[in-house]
Amino acid sequence: MKKINKEVLVIGGGSAGMAAAAQISEKGHSVVIVERESTMGGILNQCIHNGFGLQRFKEELTGPEYAEKYIDIINKLDIEQYTGTTVTDIEDKGDHKVVYAFSSKNGMLTIRVRAIVLAMGCRERNRGNIGTAGSRPSGIYTAGLAQRLVNIDGLMPGSKCVIVGSGDIGLIMARRMSWVGAKVSAVVEIQPYPAGLTRNIVQCLNDFNIPLYLSHVISKIYGKDRVEAVDITPLKNGMEMTEETFRVECDTLLLSVGLVPDNEVSQKAGVKINKETNGPVVDSRLMTSVDGIFASGNVLHVHDLVDFVSEESQRCGAYVCDYLDNREEESQYTVCSGSNIKYVIPNKFTAGRDNKFYMRSMIVKNHAHLVLTLDGKEIMRKKQTHIQPSEMITYTLKKEDLPLEDLNGESRLEISLVGQGE
Amino acid sequence: MSVKYDVMVIGAGVTGAAIARKLSSYNLKTVIVEKECDISFGVSKANSGIIHGGFHHDSSTLKSRLEVKGNLLFDQLKEELHFPFSRCGIVVAAFNNDEMRSVEKLYENGVSNKAIGIELCNHERLLSLEPKLNPDVIGGLYVPGGGIIEPYRFVFSLMESAKKNGCELYTDFKVIRGVQKDDYYEISSDDGRMIKSKWVINAAGLFCDEVSKAFRAEQYEIKARKGEEFLLDRNATAYTSKVVFPAPSEKSKGMLVIPTVEGTTMVGPTADMVDDKEDCSTSKENFLKIFSSARRLVPVVSERDIITSFTGLRPSIEGEDFYISPSEKIPRFIQVAGIQSPGLTASPAIADYVKDLLKKQGLQLIEKSDYDPNIEKVPRFRNSSHEEIDNLIKENPAYGEIICRCESISEAEVIAAIRQGHTTLDGIKFYTRAMMGRCQGGFCTYKIMKIISRETGIPMDEITKRGGSSWLVNKKVGDYPVGTEI
Repeated sequence: MKKINKEVLVIGGGSAGMAAAAQISEKGHSVVIVERESTMGGILNQCIHNGFGLQRFKEELTGPEYAEKYIDIINKLDIEQYTGTTVTDIEDKGDHKVVYAFSSKNGMLTIRVRAIVLAMGCRERNRGNIGTAGSRPSGIYTAGLAQRLVNIDGLMPGSKCVIVGSGDIGLIMARRMSWVGAKVSAVVEIQPYPAGLTRNIVQCLNDFNIPLYLSHVISKIYGKDRVEAVDITPLKNGMEMTEETFRVECDTLLLSVGLVPDNEVSQKAGVKINKETNGPVVDSRLMTSVDGIFASGNVLHVHDLVDFVSEESQRCGAYVCDYLDNREEESQYTVCSGSNIKYVIPNKFTAGRDNKFYMRSMIVKNHAHLVLTLDGKEIMRKKQTHIQPSEMITYTLKKEDLPLEDLNGESRLEISLVGQGE
Repeated sequence: MSVKYDVMVIGAGVTGAAIARKLSSYNLKTVIVEKECDISFGVSKANSGIIHGGFHHDSSTLKSRLEVKGNLLFDQLKEELHFPFSRCGIVVAAFNNDEMRSVEKLYENGVSNKAIGIELCNHERLLSLEPKLNPDVIGGLYVPGGGIIEPYRFVFSLMESAKKNGCELYTDFKVIRGVQKDDYYEISSDDGRMIKSKWVINAAGLFCDEVSKAFRAEQYEIKARKGEEFLLDRNATAYTSKVVFPAPSEKSKGMLVIPTVEGTTMVGPTADMVDDKEDCSTSKENFLKIFSSARRLVPVVSERDIITSFTGLRPSIEGEDFYISPSEKIPRFIQVAGIQSPGLTASPAIADYVKDLLKKQGLQLIEKSDYDPNIEKVPRFRNSSHEEIDNLIKENPAYGEIICRCESISEAEVIAAIRQGHTTLDGIKFYTRAMMGRCQGGFCTYKIMKIISRETGIPMDEITKRGGSSWLVNKKVGDYPVGTEI
């Protein structure tokens, strides 16, 4: 049994948690990080490919190298860290929170803090979430699990792969499996456009002659003990073209069909969840519906680059400090998604400073405009040369661009994506 | 294997395990054989886990009599065997007058079966009992004695108890032949093993017909009736307080909404005859059917909450009643076939019934003086208080390593499963619930593989999902030279 008293608890020691904790500590507040795995760094540890850090550190790093940079930062700041420790419950006591966590080393940890940063990241969607019909053999892995087996444990999950979904991890794994000698016969994507970043389509599929089947689905899985084959069926106007189905032999199916923020602990604490992101609803300071509980990184919404996770989490850390120092945010107003926008984070903006928004498009389009309207009146418009759902859009609304005189308690800012001339 | 047994039970599903446990309380040398690599891997692994309330079948059937008797035995069994079980109650919902009439028929069944506390309810009463029901419900039935259970955990506990009292278990033992020699049967497996036993109990589930044939006993046919189910997340708003049945149809009890004893929600099952007794595939058509049916009962059921789907196969026999009887063609051979719903509920009563048949047939039953009905309780991280967990970790630090984050399963529980002989991923899943939650093993599969390998010495590339050729990893990275054709 161990009792810990700090100002802030950060749950999760991945990229989000480390960036938030570093910021909080740098600004002079005491913080503790609890991480369930045995090492800090989160999922970055198994992402041994490069491409990380171009924005944040202006150099190209591998996942473990990116993690190492932050591990060095938090170690230099002497931030208290508990690895191998799982948080089970959060009790909201008004002006403070009591958090319970467990580890084999310390038994029960009772952590008393004023504020919490949720930074638990996300998990992969799996076969059940996409409802693929057929048998239920061994050999169906999420791409992240396969990545873990190959990159950390040095084990081959199979030798003849089909990849379902063109999310980034799936694309990275198509290349990785080819490199370690497996045959990747197909990447099958239900949408008419890829779900992953363009650079990954080029570097991971095109360079290895791996066919990408857009607007196709895996309609059936075969194999009693182990996967033996899959049926791939093209889609037309959302309908399966059954007669054009073809069969591909394989012993392994890797699923890269999306990520879901991991909010079980948050929900136990009463945090309200946004149905579009599956992450918490947050205000302009990234504070959830529970006073003193903040969220950043993939637990809030799924990012495509770790650099954005670090940026958002660093800001989150600063907001937590404002909260601890009783610096009130100026009045907050609602932000909502307009045409062609899946979601905007955060869900509130403030008149007191610049506001940074992260959002996702629902459409693929060249030469679109991002349009901001306040209570129906257009206030800003920005050209977007290309938009697609897989690439997050960022926009900073400058304080001076806000028509302060028009703001009232009921004001709503709507962000939309429209074609040119619309 | 030159040991001679008094009784062999063929098939280690819930029926076989219950019989084996019963027999282990007598001075008998008992053995149970199973064709799969672990127990409860057939019919018993994928069923709805319902302890039925004794109202679906009329009292003339054997299954109905055993269902009612079996139901009453579960409270004591839980005390002895510590499996998850709750008498949450069952409601049957009717949405029109025709359905209400079939519900009234169920009520009459229940009354003549002496189902405890059964009542007919009007719209208001039913909604107050289960507020998540569709408000269009016009009335229905309430059966407080019905409940829910984790079926595979029940089988595992029965077997652990049987083994503790001397019953032996052979897995991967697929019976292909039974030959009478003097007072014994010589029972051979497909891999060349042979076991001698005086008495044989055929509890082979879907394969009772084949086993019967292998002994040259009665000829009959077991057909598989497939049931697909969907499992919803433990946070699903669809979680009801009671099991919700629709008014039944001719061929099945219909598709239900089941609040599982471990907090997830299950919807289904379908009921379709299939030719292949190992066809556990799922289909798109049934997905739509199940969800529209479930939403008619409980409108908040949502596809968003799906974690996984699975399929079970019911062993259906002509006449649809249980076929539990001494063979009329060969001696000392008891048929326990056609054990489909309510087989799980009836299983402890089936065991008693079979014991009585054996006695009538001349098997001498002397109670063991040292029979111990209790097994050791394995504490669960998820069901323990903060202080209890703290104490558990002090005694056994493995309780502080959370392996499965979705279901909060500690390493200690995984090790307990392995020590009970469950060394495949599915075996560990059924014992612990690890990999059964929302991420479906995305985060913990490799951890569990490592623990299996460490505890048993099985190399990683020989660990399987459920035996046979269900391997998980086949090579080490570097074993394939890049560029070679595979």
